[in-house]
Amino acid sequence: SPLFHKFLKEALNKVPKDKCVTVRDALNQAMDEELERDERVFLLGEEVAQYDGAYKVSRGLWKKYGDKRIIDTPISEMGFAGIAVGAAMAGLRPICEFMTFNFSMQAIDQVINSAAKTCYMSAGLQAVPIVFRGPNGASAGVAAQHSQCFAAWYAHCPGLKVVSPWNSEDAKGLLKSSIRDDNPVVFLENELLYGVPFEMSEEAQSKDFTIPIGKAKVERAGSHITLVSHSRYVGHCLDAAAVLAKEGIECEVINLRTIRPMDVESIEASVMKTNHLVTVEGGWPQFGVGAEICARIMEGSAFNYLDSPVTRVTGVDIPMPYAKILEDHSLPQIKDIIFSVKKTLNV
Amino acid sequence: FADFTPQATFDIKKCDLHRLEEGPPLKAELTRDQGLQYYRTMQTVRRMELKADQLYKQKIIRGFCHLYDGQEACAAGIEASINPTDHLITAYRAHGYTYTRGVSIKEILAELTGRKGGVAKGKGGSMHMYAPHFYGGNGIVGAQGQLFESFNMAALWKLPCIFICENNKYGMGTSVERASASIDYYKRGDFIPGIRVDGMDVLCVREATKFAADHCRSGKGPIVMELQTYRYHGHSMSDPGVSYRTREEIQEVRTKSDPISMLKERMLSNNMASVEEFKEIDVDIRKQVEEAAQFATSDPEPPLEDLCNHIFYNNPPLEVRGTNPWSKLKSVS
Repeated sequence: SPLFHKFLKEALNKVPKDKCVTVRDALNQAMDEELERDERVFLLGEEVAQYDGAYKVSRGLWKKYGDKRIIDTPISEMGFAGIAVGAAMAGLRPICEFMTFNFSMQAIDQVINSAAKTCYMSAGLQAVPIVFRGPNGASAGVAAQHSQCFAAWYAHCPGLKVVSPWNSEDAKGLLKSSIRDDNPVVFLENELLYGVPFEMSEEAQSKDFTIPIGKAKVERAGSHITLVSHSRYVGHCLDAAAVLAKEGIECEVINLRTIRPMDVESIEASVMKTNHLVTVEGGWPQFGVGAEICARIMEGSAFNYLDSPVTRVTGVDIPMPYAKILEDHSLPQIKDIIFSVKKTLNV
Repeated sequence: FADFTPQATFDIKKCDLHRLEEGPPLKAELTRDQGLQYYRTMQTVRRMELKADQLYKQKIIRGFCHLYDGQEACAAGIEASINPTDHLITAYRAHGYTYTRGVSIKEILAELTGRKGGVAKGKGGSMHMYAPHFYGGNGIVGAQGQLFESFNMAALWKLPCIFICENNKYGMGTSVERASASIDYYKRGDFIPGIRVDGMDVLCVREATKFAADHCRSGKGPIVMELQTYRYHGHSMSDPGVSYRTREEIQEVRTKSDPISMLKERMLSNNMASVEEFKEIDVDIRKQVEEAAQFATSDPEPPLEDLCNHIFYNNPPLEVRGTNPWSKLKSVS
């Protein structure tokens, strides 16, 4: 009846077009869509196929795409990373998963010397369109050998692109761009974010949704101070900003999204507005992402707009301890960010 | 106890040999005292691991936890044939070796719960426990290239090294058939001789280890020892362990090949000990494990002052940056 159809239409219009998707599912969607779009794309790594992924990021993909596209490897990082690089050189588009980036150290020669430098060494003759992905940084209670952040290590190297998403839109859009990029990309995920749901716009849910590599995003506008971060700590910055707003301090929060190439222009534009800068990362302080930001700001036009030195909030300069109380004090907490903002603003 | 048989001889499974004319003996002698000691060691490891399972499920232990139950005969048998001054290193499934190498149950469980009474003062956790002549506990394992590099150098320089493979049939969720072109791991040393051993029989492991140790100590160079064993738990506490193997398979190993049951039945059927004696040992071990768990749950966490200590060894104190430039922390060796 016409009344029923009117009622139904009104009800359907009330359904939100945005929906909540976990970072894990967003990554899964990205890989699913790219596997479908381009038959040269394939995924290899430990437990990615029959186990559905150590952290279930590749759940369902082996069932859908089979042995040729989703490949379980033996526990041989140096070996399978090398095989993946060779496949990329020969024309395929591999996604090479490291169960965590700590294990990538077993294979780092392949990432740096075989993947990153080859385009340069061959004067552009040989491309290496590969994505190395996996969880990076601290988890919960996994101790010293399983908690390191590799953003600074990989971002140090010319020839590599280094991407570090925060929320689900970042994860999906950036992974799709990384897979479509013809260069080696190190894609740093975060295990603690896998299960976190974020709103994803209707646009982000489409199969052609990509986010450009090398462009940061202003997650929150503010006028008093700029906070720059990547990955999980973007969330911490937003939480700190909410607390500070109650005291009348308005923070501008920038989500780097890409570590290399770094979008310094976005940071500079913000600093020219706020005159104060705090960087926030989980990695160690020495030679880190924050250190690089400080140097670049100092070298560029925004330096003259600073009213105080840049403050870096980082992990403590120690191997990650196991005991919970020690681990909690080894990483930036929201109160550390709030403290640093106030010190930087001298309030 | 005068009625008990003081010593008996048991048939043990023949070891498969690679590049060896002779192997370990086919019979093992066991004294009553030795039997009770091996039983106690294996049962202690078993109960300790099951306690760790319980504490993990209660979220008192966090992070990674790779349990050893099912594999007890390996650690116990090896320790029975080596000296405390020999050097041993292992991967992440390390709790059993941590115990056999001399660390108390208390210190192991307190390390798992992250307390200051733990063997690494709570800073290492499950995969990073150490003792004199025991080099841990290591979280990341290169399973191919580095191993063969080690084989080469050990053979080249005739190093007295036993390369032990605890073959529990699965690398996390992947069966050996899906991960290895050859599953005859005892042959993978190629030019290095090897033996394949029944890793569920503590006497077999003991005799094989004695044979391997003699081989090394006599200057013949390295040797590979593959212990065929089984883990009842999944790869770690986050792996249920039943998506890549059947419950029937696990149950079959428990009923037919459990290392502790096998030793107990051997001793009972040869009148080497009584059922009551084993019960007493079980009760005593249960009590010890319970006390250790009590300690592990009540001992305080390490103090914050310890956060930055032990970065360097034998080094003057240094200042360590905290999470922000105004946080200056202290580190002593």
